[in-house]
Amino acid sequence: MSAKTVGIIGGRLYDPANGIEGEVRDVWIRDGSVVAPDEADRNGAMIIDAAGMNVMPGGVDLHSHIAGAKVNHGRKMCPEEHAAHKRSRLEGGRSGAGFTVPTPYMTGCMYAEMGYTTVMEAACAPLVARHSHEELEDMPFLDRGMLITMGNNEFLFDCIAKGEMELARDFIAWTLKAARGYGIKVVNPGGVENWKSSRSNVGSWDQDVYGFGITPGKILETLTWAADSLGLPHGVHLHGLNLGTTESAEHTLRSVREASGRLHLTHLQFMSYGKDKKGRFANRTQELADAVNANSNVTFDVGQIVFGPATTMTSDGPFQYNLGRMTGHKWFGGDEENETGGGIVPIRYSRKNKVNALQWVTGLELFLLAKDPWRVFLTTDHPNAGPFFCYPQVINLLMDRSYRMEVLETLPESVRKRTILGEIKREYSLGEIVTITRAAPARVLGLVKKGHLGPGADGDVAIFHPADDGCRQPKCRSANGCKRKMDFPRWVIKGGEIIVKNGKAAGEIHGKTLHVAPPFDASVEKVIREHFGKYYTVSFDNYPVQDCYLPSKEEVPCR
Amino acid sequence: MKNMDSVVCTFCGCLCDDIKVSSKDDGTIEIKGACANGKGHMEEYDPSPVSPAFRGEPVSWDKAIGEAASILKNARSPLFYGLSSTASEAQRKCVALGDRIGAVIDTTSSVCHGPTGIAMQTFGEPTCSLGEAMNRADFLLFWGCNPMIAHSRHFTRYSLMPKGRFVPEGRKGRRAVLVDVRETPSAKAVDRFLRVKQGCDYEVLSALRALVQGKSMEAAEVGGISREELVSLAEEMKGCRYGVAFFGMGLTMTSGKDLNVGQYFNLVRDLNAHTRFSVIAMRGHGNVAGADAVLTWQTGYPFAVSLAGGVPVYGPGEFTAVDMLARHEADAALIVASDPKAHFPAEAVAWLDAIPHIVVDPAFPLTARGATVYLPGAQYGVDAEGTYYRMDGVPVRTRAFRERHRPTDEEIFDRLLEEVSR
Amino acid sequence: MAEKENSRNCVLITGRTQAQTKGMHLGKTGDFYANAVSVAVMHPEMFKTMGVEVGCTLRLRSDSGEISVRSESDPGMPADMVFVPMGPVANRLVGPDTGGCGMPSFKGIRVEVTPE
Repeated sequence: MSAKTVGIIGGRLYDPANGIEGEVRDVWIRDGSVVAPDEADRNGAMIIDAAGMNVMPGGVDLHSHIAGAKVNHGRKMCPEEHAAHKRSRLEGGRSGAGFTVPTPYMTGCMYAEMGYTTVMEAACAPLVARHSHEELEDMPFLDRGMLITMGNNEFLFDCIAKGEMELARDFIAWTLKAARGYGIKVVNPGGVENWKSSRSNVGSWDQDVYGFGITPGKILETLTWAADSLGLPHGVHLHGLNLGTTESAEHTLRSVREASGRLHLTHLQFMSYGKDKKGRFANRTQELADAVNANSNVTFDVGQIVFGPATTMTSDGPFQYNLGRMTGHKWFGGDEENETGGGIVPIRYSRKNKVNALQWVTGLELFLLAKDPWRVFLTTDHPNAGPFFCYPQVINLLMDRSYRMEVLETLPESVRKRTILGEIKREYSLGEIVTITRAAPARVLGLVKKGHLGPGADGDVAIFHPADDGCRQPKCRSANGCKRKMDFPRWVIKGGEIIVKNGKAAGEIHGKTLHVAPPFDASVEKVIREHFGKYYTVSFDNYPVQDCYLPSKEEVPCR
Repeated sequence: MKNMDSVVCTFCGCLCDDIKVSSKDDGTIEIKGACANGKGHMEEYDPSPVSPAFRGEPVSWDKAIGEAASILKNARSPLFYGLSSTASEAQRKCVALGDRIGAVIDTTSSVCHGPTGIAMQTFGEPTCSLGEAMNRADFLLFWGCNPMIAHSRHFTRYSLMPKGRFVPEGRKGRRAVLVDVRETPSAKAVDRFLRVKQGCDYEVLSALRALVQGKSMEAAEVGGISREELVSLAEEMKGCRYGVAFFGMGLTMTSGKDLNVGQYFNLVRDLNAHTRFSVIAMRGHGNVAGADAVLTWQTGYPFAVSLAGGVPVYGPGEFTAVDMLARHEADAALIVASDPKAHFPAEAVAWLDAIPHIVVDPAFPLTARGATVYLPGAQYGVDAEGTYYRMDGVPVRTRAFRERHRPTDEEIFDRLLEEVSR
Repeated sequence: MAEKENSRNCVLITGRTQAQTKGMHLGKTGDFYANAVSVAVMHPEMFKTMGVEVGCTLRLRSDSGEISVRSESDPGMPADMVFVPMGPVANRLVGPDTGGCGMPSFKGIRVEVTPE
């Protein structure tokens, strides 16, 4: 259904970016963008009666593995997982399958049915970016972008080793354009290269990257500087060192203290670990929250664990190998020439497992200890810590302490005793939830038309009736005490078009790919061409993603 | 005279993209840099417009599309098969068509690397892109494959010969071992050839795994290979810096099939406890990796998918084409960019001949002989652009160096979709 | 299968050859292809054992069917194995049973080889 003008009347508006929290206000959309009420032409407008409902911008997920080579390998590898989670074409549109890794069509529908309208693919190697763009074309409803992995790129390593910073920056700009990416993703910088070259890793920011004579610290510094120097809308996006180990918090703390520019720490939960006095696996959430609270350049998304199945998939080759070895589960490993690596291991988070229980507690502590909701974002690092469609469960855990305590009580006593979660009284307000799921991620991504509903914003709106909270069957087989909030939007509007009615996606609207195109010195192409000639197995001329892969796109300007 | 560089050859899974094509004013073309297989694939295709056919007689496109749509609409159990030599843009539309009418969709994987997919789903797969072999591999293992014949530039462009960042000496910096039942031209090109007894790959791989895991071996030989050879091979693999294992039909088609591949994958996984090692399946067709990828992202499964009930259901052995045909469970077929009448067991071919079947192919394959409807599209990589996925999953856009006079496969499926939806 | 005089029980493998591939490009309905896929290859010693000349016509019979093709020799082949290029001729010997995985047994088929 489409109308030139849409009026959302009488709802309680939550628009924290514009200082509005729950006031009854109308929202008017004309030709896909929000307009001031006095500029709306009400003749022939479609009116949505939102009385008694909460009206907010469409959700913005800044980190989710939704499309591309790695995701698809994860999908292919676990057919047993799709069996009970399918979408029938008889519902309208396309059929689909998948629980922790739903097919792109299902992913688009399920995000929309949760009130989300913009999602950022978390990690894509430029060599296979074309694949991600193809999958995104088959994903309806969502505006999207891609973060491009660069932290183990050998051309960059050569630049850093020779101190050629301008060349590094031009190469990064060239690569972002070639991949039609949105931002710079850094994963275990230097560690993946060490894994490929010498079956080792990096343990600290000062360690040597084998064969290049540089350090992870230098890699991060260069990429941080480049993101800021190029004026990219989003700063460097970091999956740091020692993920999931008791070494992680120490090195994360250092990266926060020494951050030389904008720094986004992704799935911070996985990076928050240390040892307690008895040498046991413990978290250091208070220290991390304090460190982030003290540095306004730093933001983080949590990567909250959801009990149940998950599929770990990252570019962190050594981590994924070790996880495969530790669990004995099937392991997919993928080294990509000159650029990155990675792996996939399916796992299950169990309440009875002390480590998993601690991980669950850790994520929530990070949410609750963070002082500034503008710098903390809700994710499950889908599908690494849990499926994205479990966000409503996480929202409920944050807003309702009694539910939180109810789940906490089911965890092993030793974990409950060792952590502070039980003592935290804080409950997120709806305004704060809207901040961490919409306004704040949009802001840190530099998407000035997303995450708010002031004039000029994209007409992306989600409308929930409080009475509908938790009324829908959760998507998973074993609901097992899952209680949800904001899981059933009455309406979702995308660019002024209705895409969800009464919780059900309908229609075939396709979103646009958001990308950046920072300028670079054209002479860099000669140097890059030589690099391709020596070290790549595809031709330089065939590498950049052509226009035809982005039938609908929007270039987001650099500053 | 027009020159085009970085042309992509779409014949096999190597997807070489450094081909140079010169188009002369008299219409002839000169292809430089491709192997004989690729050259033949690109030269022998005539892009002149060809009429579609209905029951062997030339008809208009409208008539042919109409008849094809009618077959699909009236079928109770339509089987789609092939997809491996067409672009992903067409594959996606074909799967959409299958979704619309509730077809079973299978790709050439089922008679090629389907067992590899099954092994991956059971055990995982430690893999890499071809450039990692070129840049890092100081040890190569080839098992049950014959690259000189089937992937003719593999040795020179990707694996055995090229100089890489960490293998600057090229061939001299590498050791290569090939295991096969017979000594092929490929076996003669490597450093060591080990002859395995037919049907004994699983046993030999099991022995190698045990040796890599540090166990000792009592038997004097396994599968025709001596203990000394096996111990030496295990040591050499453990001691390399980065190994890449390639494999082909010698594992997937021989007794054991997916279990053979599973052992190969597990051997590579075991080796990662000592050094770095990856495995790459030698995908045959130019875009079978794409068919795999597209079917997976559209249905959740890489081949053997039934959409008959409205939701995707996976069933190797049940929804694979040879089985469906041999058991007479398909009552109509759409064969795309493949040639089952050439490559399927005779009993399966007999049923295909007995049911209404539609062929979409730029050439006239054996399957088109006796087909009810023949729809000749353009050939991606020659007169049409489209996306192909290399054996290691790297996606490349093909170029067109000849003028197009025919609809693309994508356009054909668009029309079929429109027609069946009436 | 009982061995007749001059017959040998062999294992059949099928696969690619350069000629078979070239034939595909020239057109599978043409003579080049038909010729390329109609050949059985064995080790030279096999011909001696069977008392026949390389180039003779051999009949191959499996549980699924039989073919008659010309022969060639290849010293790279092991004993008691015969190679026929993949294609419609070889496929008369290949059964449709896939053992539940979708893949017929294109390699490792028991055949009786008899000179004609």
